[in-house]
Amino acid sequence: MSLSLVERLAAAKAAKDMGALVDVIPYAKWLGLSGKIEDGALITTMTFAPHLVGNPALPALHGGTLGALMESAAVFELLYRAESIVLPKTITITVDYLRSAATVDTYALGTITRHGRRVANVSVVAWQEDRAKPVATAVAHFLVMAEQQGA
Amino acid sequence: MDDEAKRERRLAFNRAFASSVPHNRALGVEIIDLGADFALFRLPYAEHLVGNPDTGVMHGGVITALLDSCSGAAVFASLARPAPIATLDLRIDYLKPAAAGREVLARATCYKQTRNVAFTRAVAYHDDEDDPIASAAGAFMLSTKLGNVAPIKGPS
Repeated sequence: MSLSLVERLAAAKAAKDMGALVDVIPYAKWLGLSGKIEDGALITTMTFAPHLVGNPALPALHGGTLGALMESAAVFELLYRAESIVLPKTITITVDYLRSAATVDTYALGTITRHGRRVANVSVVAWQEDRAKPVATAVAHFLVMAEQQGA
Repeated sequence: MDDEAKRERRLAFNRAFASSVPHNRALGVEIIDLGADFALFRLPYAEHLVGNPDTGVMHGGVITALLDSCSGAAVFASLARPAPIATLDLRIDYLKPAAAGREVLARATCYKQTRNVAFTRAVAYHDDEDDPIASAAGAFMLSTKLGNVAPIKGPS
């Protein structure tokens, strides 16, 4: 036991086990996230559960859950694509809400727009039943330097 | 009913409304205060909200959800009468990591409201609003349902 988070992430990545990537992060598990590779792309799914609801009257998912899903999808994409495992630290994230999100499963795909020496820029799209109708998009900047350099 | 009593009634209604949001309850969000244009929320530390098990620090997504909720509540509190609202966009700047094991407070202000859109600023912090963990800027669409069917009548 007592492998560090980075070691466990590296092991999950080496085994191409995207489920294990999620399992090491308690909050990702609690949100009901899971990862799978589809045609070479890492799709993060947030399985619907009642605790994700923000508006029971509509009903609709809580906006914060979509933000958290997309931030996680961006981090997973960085971990999945990067050559060495460095824990990305979020600097900024901007979420655009496009439609109210129904109480069903939600999917997210992150795309690395630019991976620099210090900063990575990732854009994310989240959708539900129809991929052509995204419910939200996000752009995030991450610090991607090795731990000891700090923020 | 005097203004004070009206304000109290609105506050009680808003507090009940914000507390009834399932995701807020699941996160453990507590509403400490709601004013005419601001909201103050508390999020107790919990194991299931951790992003990095090595350090015990809460996940950034939790702070996002807290600031989103708190900003929405500030908009809702500032409405003359209750109407549906929807987040248009929310930008979050992460300024420093939250300390492990500690609760996080969030204060949001609705600083501008137009006929269709409300604008918010918010911070998440431990002790000092001037030393925040994260800051946020949001825009919210007002009367998302009613606006479509019952446009406000102009002078005729």
